[in-house]
Amino acid sequence: MSDIYNALAGIVGENYVSYQPEELFFYARDPGLMPANSPDYVVLPKTSLEIQEIVRLANREKISIVPMGAGLALTGLVIPLKGGIVVDMKRMNKIIKVDERARYVIVEGGTSQGFLKSYLEKNYPRLRHSIPDAPPAATIASNVIIHGQGRLTQQYGFNSDMVSGLEVVLPSGEICNIGSPSISPDWFSKGAPLPDLSGLFLGWFGTTGIVTKVGLKLYPKKKIRDVEIFVTDNEDLVPDMIYEITHTEMVEDVLIFSQPLPMMFKDNHHVSFYLTGDTDEEIEFKRKIIWNALDGFIRNKDGGFMSIPPAMKPSLLEMPQTSASRLADVKKGGGFEYSGPIITVEKYPECSRKLVEMSSKYNLAYSGMVRIIDGGHCMMFGFAFTFNRADPDMMDRTRNALEEISEYVLKIGGVYWKPTVAEQKVAIERMDPNTRYLMKMIKDSLDPNGIMNPGNWEVN
Amino acid sequence: MKYEDIVHRCFRCGYCKLTGDYYDFNCPAYRKFMFETYSPGGRMWLIRAWLNGEIKNSERFQEIIYSCATCANCVEHCVFTFSEDLVNIFIAARGELVNKGIIPPTVRDYFKNISISGNPYKEPAEERGKWAEGTPVEEYKDQEYLFYIGDVGSYDERGKKIARAMGNLLIKTGLSMGILADKENSDGNEVRTLGEDGLFKYLAETNISLFKEKGIKKIITLDPHAFNAFKNDYPDLGGEFEVYHYTQILAPLMESGKMTLKDLKLRITYHDPCYLGRHNGEYDAPRRILRSIPGIEFVEMEQNRENAFCCGGGGGNFFTDILGGGEDSPNRIRVRQALDTGANIIAVACPQCAKMLDDAVKVEELEDRIEVLDIAEIVAKAMG
Repeated sequence: MSDIYNALAGIVGENYVSYQPEELFFYARDPGLMPANSPDYVVLPKTSLEIQEIVRLANREKISIVPMGAGLALTGLVIPLKGGIVVDMKRMNKIIKVDERARYVIVEGGTSQGFLKSYLEKNYPRLRHSIPDAPPAATIASNVIIHGQGRLTQQYGFNSDMVSGLEVVLPSGEICNIGSPSISPDWFSKGAPLPDLSGLFLGWFGTTGIVTKVGLKLYPKKKIRDVEIFVTDNEDLVPDMIYEITHTEMVEDVLIFSQPLPMMFKDNHHVSFYLTGDTDEEIEFKRKIIWNALDGFIRNKDGGFMSIPPAMKPSLLEMPQTSASRLADVKKGGGFEYSGPIITVEKYPECSRKLVEMSSKYNLAYSGMVRIIDGGHCMMFGFAFTFNRADPDMMDRTRNALEEISEYVLKIGGVYWKPTVAEQKVAIERMDPNTRYLMKMIKDSLDPNGIMNPGNWEVN
Repeated sequence: MKYEDIVHRCFRCGYCKLTGDYYDFNCPAYRKFMFETYSPGGRMWLIRAWLNGEIKNSERFQEIIYSCATCANCVEHCVFTFSEDLVNIFIAARGELVNKGIIPPTVRDYFKNISISGNPYKEPAEERGKWAEGTPVEEYKDQEYLFYIGDVGSYDERGKKIARAMGNLLIKTGLSMGILADKENSDGNEVRTLGEDGLFKYLAETNISLFKEKGIKKIITLDPHAFNAFKNDYPDLGGEFEVYHYTQILAPLMESGKMTLKDLKLRITYHDPCYLGRHNGEYDAPRRILRSIPGIEFVEMEQNRENAFCCGGGGGNFFTDILGGGEDSPNRIRVRQALDTGANIIAVACPQCAKMLDDAVKVEELEDRIEVLDIAEIVAKAMG
């Protein structure tokens, strides 16, 4: 048994550290298409202090650390590219505090989206958070670290914009509070009115520290929630429709989906928008405003409201949507992967055409999954393909399609979301050199030994 | 391996390890070990890796495969169309390990004891019916029902108390029933879930022959595990019987108002046994019984019915104890969940659950705050 194993066992207890082949196999990969790489150890810490000790040990031993939530990003962000210690955060799953009146929650770094949703429903029925459509085991911390999006993203921006404070174990081992908690007991802001240091950690994929607590803004939960779907077969009109819908400021979430099956969906673009209210009158008022906003498209016979079958509605209203995970088994093969660039809504038509083109070129089943961000400033366009894990050729075709899309989206002005390591390299290469230099200074300064999730956001 | 064509279809999204409302992790093995490898998705990926030769058999691999309590929480909550087969896949993987002779020693010993002694306790067959001594319960001749007890009710001290309580109760209600006593055999449910298909078939066929020879048409089981085997597995082997768990017989009798019951001033919560609840969909009968007892205040645990947290005894773990030990062992977690309700009684409807939770109450040093009683024992109390 190695000294490192003994040291880790001394920190977290021997039941919560492993170097067994079974754990090394599992934690070497995620459900996506990236190549596996084995860690040397997997640990399950329970406290920030344990993480602090692990980080100090890693610095002494010059061994890598990869913090991991549920490992569901699909783009290999928690695959330990240089081995080392995978820190599985899920034993740190306490909800520490809910401030009902200031509408924020403080959670430990391994708390899952599903647990927070359920906890709020049971204890604070007038509050909600921006839950993503990732499986409910996805953690709050990892979601904000990858700039995830959720059900309130159309209204309030990326989920990382909703952070209201952080506790971070720095790569050097200090435990550091970020935002208002750095000088106040109240976690109401990640930055303002102070210098916003949260940007040193959000979007960095754990390469600048391990987030051990997250303050997250909560929002009013209305009594009623409903969904409408406006359908058009003309993708060129979708940006106009989104512009009109978001102009009303009446909607919660706005999604667009397109898929070839069932046949009634083929070649259509389904703009789903969600309405919330405390009374039927409120819902009807909002519905009427939106109907009016889209009336011109109906009169021109460019689109219309879809009659949603009663059996379909619960699925559309559930949070998270299990259909997002079910996509993985369309080919009875347990896999799907998507490229989800952040891009302006005006690029919807060309992205949509590209998705269909790639599907045809590589003979893959596709799904277009779009979420409007922050009132329409941009969108996440998900180019999604489902694949069979037991069919290496189909997996290769999926990889090739995604690589081609990856090249394409940069050309049309998109920015990668939760990029693979290869995409990170491309992004860094094409980045403004001064921005690149700033990133390097930050990384070198915070993590001089290069132990934090190495291989990711590496600026050489 | 059977189901080999399915194992690659797991996306490892993790719905399987949660409750339906996502409030908690609800896979007992995952709750104890917390490595993803011990979750249903982890098992799926590791089974595939093992079949592909990417990992080798090891003690750890065996522990991972055998730590599954077959509680079927994953079956209930997996979002994919193959969800129904999840537990079957884990049992099939155990079958592969059994066929290759590479299983944990405790599992091997369980099989040996069953095949040599006919029960996991290495007790002689003559001891099987001893629990009934001093009760009016008679051996089966041509009564309407066979009252089938099972290994735990026949040999375990805690189980025997429950068997006595239920036996007395059935007689008091005037039901025509008898037991097989020393002729009773192991039902084989745990043998099957531990992966010894050949031994299971032998036990099942022996039982089916015996039941037919004696003209048995209707069976009441004490143990939900036996209920599951008789109801779901025996028909495929030619054993078509009318099978009831005792709560299903007792519930209508209690509600008929024909039984004289005294007030019990108890605050009771109920723990759903996996082989009565999730495996067979019977959630209501035990609750109907408890609600028909005057004076009882019934409170649900947060995780109940389809979302009940397993005591950790299923899938043979009652005997192999792979999930035992430590404050995160499932039975200790379950007892703490019960304590959160403020109940002073945990009602159960399974001798295995009773023993598991009893042990946990002792380890947690909660004897002065909460007690584990089988529904049969509670009704017996109410009948005075």
